[in-house]
Amino acid sequence: MSEVANTIFSPELAARFDHLVTIYPMRRSALVPMLLYAQDEVGYVSDAVVTEIAQRIGLLELDVRNVLSYYSMLRTKPAGKYNVQVCTNISCMLRGGYEILDHCKAKLGIGHKEVTKDGVFSLEEVECIGACCWAPAMQVNYDFHDNLTTIKVDEIIETYRAGQGKDVK
Amino acid sequence: MADVTFTVDGKKLTAPAGTLLIDACKSAGIEIPAFCYYPGLSLQAACRMCVVRLEKVPKLQTACTTPVAEGMVVQTETPEIVQARKATLQLLLGNHPLDCPVCDAGGECELQDMTFKYGAAESFYAEPKNHREEQKWSPVVYFDRPRCILCYRCVRMCGEGMDVFALGIQNRGSSSVIAPNVPADLTPDHLAHVDCEQCGMCIDACPVGALTSGTYRYKTRPWEMNHVATTCTHCGDGCKTTLGVRSTSDGSEIVRGDNRDKSGINGDFLCNKGRYAFDFANNDDRITQPLVRQSNGEFKPVSWEEAFDYVGKRLRELRDTRGGKSIGVIGGNRLTNEEAYLLQKFARTVVGTNNIDHHRTADYVSFAQALAGQTNRTASLRDTLTAPAILLVGGDPTNQAPGTAWNIRTNVRNNRARLYVVNSAEIKLRRQAKAFVRLAPFGYGALAGYLAGDNAAGSSAVTDVNALSTFRDTVKAEENLLILIGSELRGAELKKLIEFGLSIPGAKFALLADYANSRGAADMGLLPDMLPGYTPVSSSNTFAEYNAPAEAGLDMLEIFDAAGRGELSALYVVGSNPVARYSVDPAALKDTFVVVQEMFLTETAALADVILPAANLYEKSGSVTNSYGDLQQVKKAGDRAGVRTDFEMIVRIADKMGADMRKLVPFGKGLRADMGQSRGAQSGEADRHAIWLTANNLEPKLSPFDPYAILDEIQRLVPGYNVLRLQLLSGNDQHLQPAASGLVQIGNRRDLVLPANDTLFTSGTLGRYSAMLNDVQQYQANQPLIQIQAAD
Ligand code: SF4
Ligand code: SF4
Ligand code: SF4
Ligand code: FES
Ligand code: FES
Repeated sequence: MSEVANTIFSPELAARFDHLVTIYPMRRSALVPMLLYAQDEVGYVSDAVVTEIAQRIGLLELDVRNVLSYYSMLRTKPAGKYNVQVCTNISCMLRGGYEILDHCKAKLGIGHKEVTKDGVFSLEEVECIGACCWAPAMQVNYDFHDNLTTIKVDEIIETYRAGQGKDVK
Repeated sequence: MADVTFTVDGKKLTAPAGTLLIDACKSAGIEIPAFCYYPGLSLQAACRMCVVRLEKVPKLQTACTTPVAEGMVVQTETPEIVQARKATLQLLLGNHPLDCPVCDAGGECELQDMTFKYGAAESFYAEPKNHREEQKWSPVVYFDRPRCILCYRCVRMCGEGMDVFALGIQNRGSSSVIAPNVPADLTPDHLAHVDCEQCGMCIDACPVGALTSGTYRYKTRPWEMNHVATTCTHCGDGCKTTLGVRSTSDGSEIVRGDNRDKSGINGDFLCNKGRYAFDFANNDDRITQPLVRQSNGEFKPVSWEEAFDYVGKRLRELRDTRGGKSIGVIGGNRLTNEEAYLLQKFARTVVGTNNIDHHRTADYVSFAQALAGQTNRTASLRDTLTAPAILLVGGDPTNQAPGTAWNIRTNVRNNRARLYVVNSAEIKLRRQAKAFVRLAPFGYGALAGYLAGDNAAGSSAVTDVNALSTFRDTVKAEENLLILIGSELRGAELKKLIEFGLSIPGAKFALLADYANSRGAADMGLLPDMLPGYTPVSSSNTFAEYNAPAEAGLDMLEIFDAAGRGELSALYVVGSNPVARYSVDPAALKDTFVVVQEMFLTETAALADVILPAANLYEKSGSVTNSYGDLQQVKKAGDRAGVRTDFEMIVRIADKMGADMRKLVPFGKGLRADMGQSRGAQSGEADRHAIWLTANNLEPKLSPFDPYAILDEIQRLVPGYNVLRLQLLSGNDQHLQPAASGLVQIGNRRDLVLPANDTLFTSGTLGRYSAMLNDVQQYQANQPLIQIQAAD
């Protein structure tokens, strides 16, 4: 049973949250992990997510929004089914990250933080994703793709378009 | 803590260890610039303006976060430091609109001052500025994002200072922005708003023009105003405030309420009402001509001479034919002490009646009697800022005395004061309390009994008597406890609570009332049974020479009962609205000659035969006494053609009634009288007053309209009002301790206390004429998301 009646989360996530708030010396330390897990489940951090997380931790909603807005990997609008995140940080930039990004823009017909009309793809320019050794790199949902070329990007996108790929963001 | 010695710019300084370098320097007259540092709030170190060079430390250090240490050597203004500050300013100005010529803060802006000082006017940044439209967060709080320098003062002020937490910071880096607690996408108008106490403290703290006040913004420039330091007219805390005024075609208009020098009993604080609710004075509905009711029932404007003639003649007639005791006098809670004293003297010596009262919002008579014979037992508002422990019984300072609440919060936060709260409601201050006892409704009497030792009373006060017992033990173990008492406690119950408190070594007391001069009204004897200084009427023969009645008169309710029976020939109301407050049936006054001195056509004024347009507390001079007994000066700030002070009107009416002016107001040279108290066996006809003036280095006052003429008499005759004149005149508060002589205790007296029940956004009748307060009330009611989550 969740600590919160009428929770908007699945029973498993609710139970996880019940535990999460107890393992830090301060309850509010659970805020960032909770936001990330909630985003994975709901797809984005909705107002309802903000309200419930505030209630679970005992914070004002304003506090939750302050933290939420600081992190660019937390979003407050739904992303596409496949969220394409292209790194343009230093290593990737030197190895053609911007070309990859431009290629994605042209291919998907959308810009930074936009979603295709059919809702299948969304695109984001992101900072270092920790794959510098194999730059340029991108991440689609939680899957990494590295040593990219524009041809490789086309293939990856087609694979996803064909419905082969995990829909876990 | 022990003192340490250190060197700043070659000067040897000493300060207690742990003092912040920035404060230590300030005390020594060395100013270190700072944007984010705000004394009393948590440290932020966000702006880097305060950087200094510490010997043996590789990088420049922030003086606002560095505690002084023994042997520390500091440079505060070297070319290196100047360059660092200049660079900081250039960065800040990189995205600053540079709209000083139109900015609301122009002339009072810390960024402007610093730019001027460090000459950082040229910028190396060519990036386009990041413009955002200004936002109206509430009727009184506006935000101009581009001007914000992200010092976080507002965020900390609202959170730590106000315990409201309505402001936060969102996004990151150069897109960081101060955000209010109601986001735009959740409101019907798609605009961001604040759900808060609307105090304007964030605006006050803002070093630049990013936060601006709805009532003041873009009306004038700071240097075009005159600044008058006076006392707030609203609640019983009596905060010191500075009114910005400027001339208009019919007088002088108040355009801003502010807390410029922060030297008052309220420290940094002003609440919503103190800061904004001066606008009743500018209300178009003000009466600016004397009005006399005609035989057809309508009011006709007449000249002052005609009005005074008429009132004087009628009152004299009625006094002479039906007797002074057929006349009632009601005074107000926002009159000055001088006016209140004069009014009761007029009633007792010119009209010849003790039928005088005011709307009582706390039982000061019992308070004075309970403390009779004690010294140093009454608290000043300043004590709420320093007392090591505070017990708050009843009342809700957050709403009714916001200055008190601010001081208590500050004391708890900065000095770890221990706060104990007992209340029948979950008042907001319980959040600062070390212990909170929730009383049963109307459980205050039982509580006072229980505290004083009657264990049987415990179960009528609370459900958990064990917890209360622990609470009593904890409180009893305190020393120098400050006991703040709400108006719920009166008469015998109040005395019992004070009796308990007196058993605690060093305990001090204060009784909280509701209006600017409620305490003064009681101290000055606007009471049917008490002369000034709580001297019972019946025990004093001081009126003998005026043929004043020696027995107590009718109280507020009895006055209207008498009117209902047709026994009240006349009623003289000065700055009060009893008809609305006590729901008086208008028919009760149909056979009574009613004279009302008022600003507006209130329910009471509407029943008058004569209305005399009155000046308000911001338009006159004199003194007021707050709930705590702190005496402060009020200074004339605003002015409105066509109105007069209540002081002048009382004197003029007395004159028209044929009274001896020199006896009423001791002005001019030569013989005059007071109420006779000074005529001891030795004095004969000697002019004690003149002797007293000389002894106190005071000049005789030359005009009967000079309130200080009567202050001389108050000072000489009212027990406890041993005012220090220079303190008063220099705008400082001083704590007075009037307490009953203790000779006569009146049993079974009706306390007649009727709390005003004002909230953050109401202020008795006066508040109804403040456009701002009405706006804010409407805003609070119409914004569906507003819950003042803050206030509970
Ligand atoms: S309560 Fe409102 S007006 Fe007062 S500091 Fe907070 S946001 Fe500003
Ligand atoms: S709004 Fe004013 S007080 Fe608040 S962070 Fe910006 S500059 Fe500082
Ligand atoms: S706390 Fe009271 S006295 Fe102070 S500003 Fe507010 S209303 Fe005026
Ligand atoms: S720079 Fe692209 S992954 Fe590190
Ligand atoms: S005042 Fe020290 S860093 Fe801002």
